[in-house]
Amino acid sequence: MAYTEDDLKEELKDKEYKYGFTSNIESDKLPPGLNEEVVHLISAKKNEPEWMLEYRLNAFRAWQKMVEPEWAHVRYPKIDFQALSYYSAPKKKGDVKWEDIDPEMKATMDKLGISMDEQKALSGVAVDFVFDSVSVKTSFQEKLKELGIIFCSFSEAVQNHPELVKKYIGTVVPTSDNFYAALNSAVFSDGSFCYIPKGVRCPMELSTYFRINEANTGQFERTLVVADEGSYVSYLEGCTAPSRDENQLHAAIVELIALDNAEIKYSTVQNWFPGDKEGKGGVYNFVTKRGICHKNAKISWTQVETGSAVTWKYPSCILKGDNSIGEFYSVAVTNHYQQADTGTKMIHLGKNTKSTIISKGISAGHSNNSYRGLVQIHKNASNARNFTQCDSLLMGDQCGAHTFPYIEAKNSTAKIEHEATTSKIGEDQIFYCNQRGIDTEKAINLIVNGYAKEVLNKLPMEFAVEAQKLLEISLEGSVG
Amino acid sequence: MIKINNLHASIDGKEILKGINLEVKAGEVHAIMGPNGSGKSTLSSVLAGREEFEVTEGSVEFDGKDLLDLSPEDRAREGLFLAFQYPVEIPGVSNINFLKTAINEKRAYLNQEPVSAKEFLGMVKEKSALVELDSKLANRSVNEGFSGGEKKRNEIFQMAMLSPKLSILDETDSGLDIDALRIVANGVNKLKSPNNATIVITHYQRLLDYIVPDFVHVLYNGKIVKSGGKELAIELEEKGYDWIKSENVEL
Repeated sequence: MAYTEDDLKEELKDKEYKYGFTSNIESDKLPPGLNEEVVHLISAKKNEPEWMLEYRLNAFRAWQKMVEPEWAHVRYPKIDFQALSYYSAPKKKGDVKWEDIDPEMKATMDKLGISMDEQKALSGVAVDFVFDSVSVKTSFQEKLKELGIIFCSFSEAVQNHPELVKKYIGTVVPTSDNFYAALNSAVFSDGSFCYIPKGVRCPMELSTYFRINEANTGQFERTLVVADEGSYVSYLEGCTAPSRDENQLHAAIVELIALDNAEIKYSTVQNWFPGDKEGKGGVYNFVTKRGICHKNAKISWTQVETGSAVTWKYPSCILKGDNSIGEFYSVAVTNHYQQADTGTKMIHLGKNTKSTIISKGISAGHSNNSYRGLVQIHKNASNARNFTQCDSLLMGDQCGAHTFPYIEAKNSTAKIEHEATTSKIGEDQIFYCNQRGIDTEKAINLIVNGYAKEVLNKLPMEFAVEAQKLLEISLEGSVG
Repeated sequence: MIKINNLHASIDGKEILKGINLEVKAGEVHAIMGPNGSGKSTLSSVLAGREEFEVTEGSVEFDGKDLLDLSPEDRAREGLFLAFQYPVEIPGVSNINFLKTAINEKRAYLNQEPVSAKEFLGMVKEKSALVELDSKLANRSVNEGFSGGEKKRNEIFQMAMLSPKLSILDETDSGLDIDALRIVANGVNKLKSPNNATIVITHYQRLLDYIVPDFVHVLYNGKIVKSGGKELAIELEEKGYDWIKSENVEL
């Protein structure tokens, strides 16, 4: 293992939200409010082609007719969408030259533990760093270019690869898909774009680090990953936000397209600011993530969710092609007053399609943790198979765990398995550890990490270590 | 090694231990026998530091320290080991990882270096052979899916790995077939040294055929009512606990 117990101790010294600092970077920010003019302005600021503007305007018009969904098992005060600012960019525009990048921003990245130094980054991670809304710098671009891999900010993709963006954007998550997706499609500011050409196996993990900095800005980023026939890519997404009293809105879209025989592995570690112990502040996270699998393709979502005050998120797979595979591995931790409603949808359209869902919820404090999943087998999807395992772990007696599994099978050859368990960290387990010389805090870490192991094992090595530490920090002091 | 003086303990206001006096010296094996409900398991729980029990009177000195003043984990680190009657399952945590954590916690407490991977693996190999524990079990999750016998053997394996000063075996024989009983007892006997001590808590005499005690104490109604050598256990087996009960009706 790369880190030692001493490192961990060092980490745990400040147990409060570690990333709660604000950077003083002058920013170029639109006044609050949302109307067609704002959409025009965003598009103009980004110098977008006509078709992109049209796309945004269509989405905006669709959004205006929609209402905020209320079916999720979460409660929060109504968001005033007119009180938010829809665009914020650091004033010193991030050019490709590393030397020109604002030193404050560099320091921010240091605190986040992101090294843009290519020497240091020999670990093989290419990072596209999204600071509020504008992508700052993308490392490893040159190296990836040799293989024909495109990995850049979404804005750059719109400028440099319009044919690809135009062809795929909105094909998995249409503009009118849902309230937040429509909002994102209208005002998205930036994000990441990735294209892997036919038959290419991306040699390194591609990574995006999102961070919300400006107060009262919604972050609306978009990620589009296209894996052409027979290609492979592993994509990491990490998210943090500084502590703020006002809630910040985050409504992202991720679209994955795995063409015939392609494979996409998409991993997320999310630790947006969860609010303080009294439930004040924190990020509202309303995300639409969906992928489509063509013939023999595979999409695997892995997520470790420890942050946000409210999480509303269902990374899904449309298994369109025959023999395609969808996977969803999730650990969702809620503590204090956090609320999470998360899960997945597996839509089986093709023959011999397979899906696996492993969901591990951990609730502590006064939090509420819900799993919501849909397994849908369509008429023509013969021999479709699904396995779902949905576990909940409770810590203390003030928290809640809920499961809402939906199963719809329209083909009689379908095989669907669903397993669910709910358990409590027992005083017996803790005492057993104590009696072996392990204190309670460590015992909880052991037990929780053991419980989540199946999912943590799916994460790339470095991410797994980070995720483990996050679990520990999130559950700090949750058992007295 | 351990000196228990007039120990009283209660749970939810109900007194279970009503004045226990017991001294165990290094190198000794003591057996505590008694009918169900006499307070045998309460005694081991109180010594190990289970919170539900409240010590209302008395003192316990362990290797010169006030045992009751220490947290459960510190008691363990000081060298007190409890082999559980019902070992707990911890899914997803490998036996190996669990033990390594336990050993290093103890070492850190004693200002010692963490165990090296090589040394640790050597220990695992040696100690698991002691209780004929399949090395595969060492890699499985703690007690998860173990048979009753495997769980008990695993307790003795952990004991061997942690080399405690004082081991308390709480009804380790319960639920064991005769072969497992022999294996477990052999393990305990091999670990015996002039520097450590063992308290064997049991309902039946048969375990004492394998682990021969230096002293036998009979616990009844929260008190030690009779003490003697190993022959006391045999007498008890013959006469049954009713013998003790009739002698102590006033209790």
